[in-house]
Amino acid sequence: MTNVWLIARRELGATLRSPLGFVVAALVLALDGLLFNLWAMGGGEKLSAEVLYEFFYALSGTTMVAAVFLSMRLLAEEQRDGTINLLLTSPLKDHQIVLGKFLGAYLFLALLTLVTLYMPLLVMVHGKVSWGHVFAGYLGLLLLGAAALAIGTFGSSVARSQVVAAFVAGGILVALLLMWLLGRVADRPLADVFSYLALHNTHYKAFMGGKIHLKDVVYYLSVSAFFLLAATRMLESRRWR
Amino acid sequence: MLVAKHLTKVFGEFRAVEDVSFEVQQGQCIGLLGLNGAGKTTLLRMLACLLSPTSGTALVDGADVGEDGLKVRERIGFLPEVPPLYGEMSVGRFLAFVARLRRVPPALVEARVKEAVERCQLDGVVEQTIETLSYGFRKRVGIAQAIVHQPPLVLLDEPIAGLDPKQIVEMRELVKRLRGAHTLVLSSHILTEISQTCDRILVMHKGRIAAQGREDELTPKAHLGVRVRVLGAREKLVAALGGVAGLERVEVAEAGAGGVVEARLECREDVRPSVAAAVVGAGLGLLELGESELALESVFLTLIGSREART
Repeated sequence: MTNVWLIARRELGATLRSPLGFVVAALVLALDGLLFNLWAMGGGEKLSAEVLYEFFYALSGTTMVAAVFLSMRLLAEEQRDGTINLLLTSPLKDHQIVLGKFLGAYLFLALLTLVTLYMPLLVMVHGKVSWGHVFAGYLGLLLLGAAALAIGTFGSSVARSQVVAAFVAGGILVALLLMWLLGRVADRPLADVFSYLALHNTHYKAFMGGKIHLKDVVYYLSVSAFFLLAATRMLESRRWR
Repeated sequence: MLVAKHLTKVFGEFRAVEDVSFEVQQGQCIGLLGLNGAGKTTLLRMLACLLSPTSGTALVDGADVGEDGLKVRERIGFLPEVPPLYGEMSVGRFLAFVARLRRVPPALVEARVKEAVERCQLDGVVEQTIETLSYGFRKRVGIAQAIVHQPPLVLLDEPIAGLDPKQIVEMRELVKRLRGAHTLVLSSHILTEISQTCDRILVMHKGRIAAQGREDELTPKAHLGVRVRVLGAREKLVAALGGVAGLERVEVAEAGAGGVVEARLECREDVRPSVAAAVVGAGLGLLELGESELALESVFLTLIGSREART
């Protein structure tokens, strides 16, 4: 764990010092604010719970986009600059490298997500907010962010180019997001499989409404673990190429 | 310290390293000499556990690069041709980070960083961000990261590549300072570099070891180089050298400024006395007569030539 934390700390420091980190943070927070004002708060009178529902829906999109942008450089940049050699020749296991990189980016993404907490607090001024709803919504956001970031980490492990890494991650994300459409048109049992795999529609909506289902938590953790494992395998395969 | 046994690496159809075996004793400095594409970097990357051998193995202090990768990586320091540095970090913070990665006990990190900084003469730039350093300093930081955990074996891939003449001299001194404290394996395609810094030379060509030994062991097998500069007509020099026995190759340049003519000769034995007599006998003004820097170059080309003739 010490090695993972060591790499994560360096990664977080590098993101905080890089223009990319600031640009992503500024754009995402500005977009979150606009969406809160125009999307969640707009459209006439609403119950506080409805505002929160729309707010968490809007933030899921910006969180996934932020995850792709933050993760695209994680391993791709190391491979391009040759700094991956420093990690691969150190007495570290490959999964520690991947976990460390992931954790560093995830801490930044989590920080970015939690900074938006002031918006639900604003709803409290004129409405009634259930803290359970807020907690469930943010838990959903953090889980969805972890899954998207893990997908991004995998994308970053397959390419030396950050652009290619972002396209790979974006492609997988879009495919998983659209699974619910396939679930609609396919026959059972395939329809059930496609619906279950849907990243947002099937598993995120409960969090938006303030509910926490264990199966949704397990799904996001499984997706995160699967893509982190895949990224580790990609890293290992470098030694065999 | 290091034993390589029949190491082979194949990329698709291309055999980058083939059946390479050698041993390095503790404290020795070994130079891998070869043209670009000879397999030096691939060999070093296998020793550094960055690539798995297709067949064969290498043992570092008894640990196998294929099966005990973690143990091997604890015992090595590696500088690739492009130093692996995080540009946004300061030199001191970077070296402390690497020391922790390489399992230096927390209480010793500061002392090890200080020592690496002193040995690589980085005292003036410890607080400086790496991305603001010159290429020469970056190479030195690259060496510092390879030795900060005091590994018994240090692998340096083309340590002087891309350096200017002043930096080359500094780097040469730095590599010499590392000898003794570490076992060194370094690669270069620059012949004089290897001859000046290494105890033993492994000449690589097309993925194989074409020859290995000390410079003086390899030199007699090859041609000697002689350089002669005279004042006079080129034709006269050509005629005079034509009468010298034992010359295997004569290259006479066109007359330069002030009528100075230069010739480069290759021979199996030292022919300098005969050349001097012939030049003076022909009425030419002998300005300079000495060994050219071709010695190791000749070794290299001869060894490569003989290997190509065999294959």
